[in-house]
Amino acid sequence: MSAVTAIAKREIRSFFNSPMAYITLGVFLLLSGYFYFNTLFLVGQASLREFFNLAPLLFVVFAPALTMRLLAEERKAGTIELLLTMPIRDSHVVFGKFLAALVIVAIGLLLTLPYALSVANLTANNSSFDWGPAVGGYLGLLLMAASFIALGLWASSLSRNQIVGFIIGLLLCFAFYIIDRTAVFLPASMGSVFEFLSVDYHFRNIARGVLDTRDLIFYFSLTGAGLLLTTRTLASSRQ
Amino acid sequence: MSATSGAPMIEVRDLTKNYGSFTALQGLTFQVPKGQVVGFLGPNGAGKSTTMKILTGYAGQTSGSAAVAGIDVQADPVAARQNIGYLTESNPLYEEMMVKEYLDFIAEIRKIPTDRKSVRIKEVVERCGLGNMIGKDIGHLSKGYRQRVGLAQAILHDPDLLILDEPTSGLDPNQIVEIRNLIREIGEEKTVIMSTHILSEVQNTASRVLIINEGKLVADDSPENLTHEEGGTLYVVVAPKNGTPLEHNMVERMLTGLPEVSQVNAHEITDEGALGFKVRYSGEDPRRSVFESVVKENMVLLEMRRHHVSLEDTFRKLTSND
Ligand SMILES: Nc1ncnc2c1ncn2[C@@H]1O[C@H](COP(=O)(O)OP(=O)(O)OP(=O)(O)O)[C@@H](O)[C@H]1O
Ligand SMILES: [Mg+2]
Repeated sequence: MSAVTAIAKREIRSFFNSPMAYITLGVFLLLSGYFYFNTLFLVGQASLREFFNLAPLLFVVFAPALTMRLLAEERKAGTIELLLTMPIRDSHVVFGKFLAALVIVAIGLLLTLPYALSVANLTANNSSFDWGPAVGGYLGLLLMAASFIALGLWASSLSRNQIVGFIIGLLLCFAFYIIDRTAVFLPASMGSVFEFLSVDYHFRNIARGVLDTRDLIFYFSLTGAGLLLTTRTLASSRQ
Repeated sequence: MSATSGAPMIEVRDLTKNYGSFTALQGLTFQVPKGQVVGFLGPNGAGKSTTMKILTGYAGQTSGSAAVAGIDVQADPVAARQNIGYLTESNPLYEEMMVKEYLDFIAEIRKIPTDRKSVRIKEVVERCGLGNMIGKDIGHLSKGYRQRVGLAQAILHDPDLLILDEPTSGLDPNQIVEIRNLIREIGEEKTVIMSTHILSEVQNTASRVLIINEGKLVADDSPENLTHEEGGTLYVVVAPKNGTPLEHNMVERMLTGLPEVSQVNAHEITDEGALGFKVRYSGEDPRRSVFESVVKENMVLLEMRRHHVSLEDTFRKLTSND
């Protein structure tokens, strides 16, 4: 077993050993359930669209909440000295933490699948259900979560304080979420740059069921940049 | 292992460490050959932990070099650390993990093969006296057992070099003896460098003592030499043989006349009619000649005891800043 998976495994186990895990997952499932079904009661029609419209905002909050303690807590408790003196690279520590958060998000998303299936059932009565956007939406959410986790992890590496980690992570994720909405106030050339930087813009593309390499490249780059920054911050936290 | 054979286990050359404008280490140089057990002494803030953090790669030096088993700790940190087991000063542990889980985790990070893992954990648990604790949460352990968990973690991969930063601090006397015995056992096969404030610990376990003060090496010798090079002091009490009172000057002259003795002072005593002296000597042990000359002068030797120079004395002399 590699050091990366050892670190990820330890982190996932410690997450599910704490009551906070179940509160976090519970709230996440409640809110996503609400997003799935509120239109059903209001307009008598169920669709995934409402969920996929709001889910990015949900991740803006939940991703940094998951990542806030991952490195800040190690620094506060001093266990970071243990990890950083093991015969592994700093990046292995970062990848392990990243992997742990991604797995937890994937579990959360998996638990919302029953919602998607029941919506599909309701729709299938009169028309056939289009699975393209659903698959695209879930894939998009996972990619978006990966980039938010990378950003949140960096925020967590900046100090010993989890709350600071959460707030910085939240602001970063929100900035990458909201940036394309500011595009309307800008000249067209600038606007398209801002649009390209927006997590939500690429998500909407993928959620339409179209997989474009530009969208993939964006998510991979943002995730990579976050992980690189985290590794560098961790390295500079050595004394 | 990728260790270069023939190289010393630790080689520190001209090591300097600045924290901002504060200099914690100033040109520290020493070597530790394979198999040696070294006590690393110095007052608070001398730079012991800093040196150990540089050796383990947790801190980076400002200048100079440090190598473990011939591998530069900056150039190839991963390879260098494979040879090291490290117990940090504060011994931070994952409180919510059970002892068994924690050692499993360390074994996985250290890439101990699965087929050897459980055997090795069992060995280490037994060696560190953790048998009854493996199912307990680390957060519920007493200080002594936490320290054992830290040690178990450090020796799990059977490293050639153990770096122990104050391994017995905060333990009760029984625990200290047990941990010390454990370290002595480990030291029979491995290279150990341990920092401590308990000087008797070094006398009992280490074959060599490094003393640093304000980031500089001030002594590097065996515990025996550090406690004996000074010569010592005798406390001598003599009494008259048959009632004739003793003459202080005469006795003092007699003692000063002995070749080994460097200085004689009067020493308060409570015995009626007897005289006390504090005799300082620099070379050979003068007890035999003191006894013989007292008898020859027809006096009675009531008492004679030797006061060793303790490591504490040497330590204080070398590290006091006035
Ligand atoms: N991260 C740091 N930032 C600034 N100064 C530091 C840092 N770490 C250590 N120092 C300073 O460096 C000096 C040496 O510290 P070090 O911890 O190496 O001493 P020590 O010999 O281990 O002392 P002790 O016996 O108290 O453990 C001290 O004056 C300390 O205040
Ligand atoms: Mg120290």
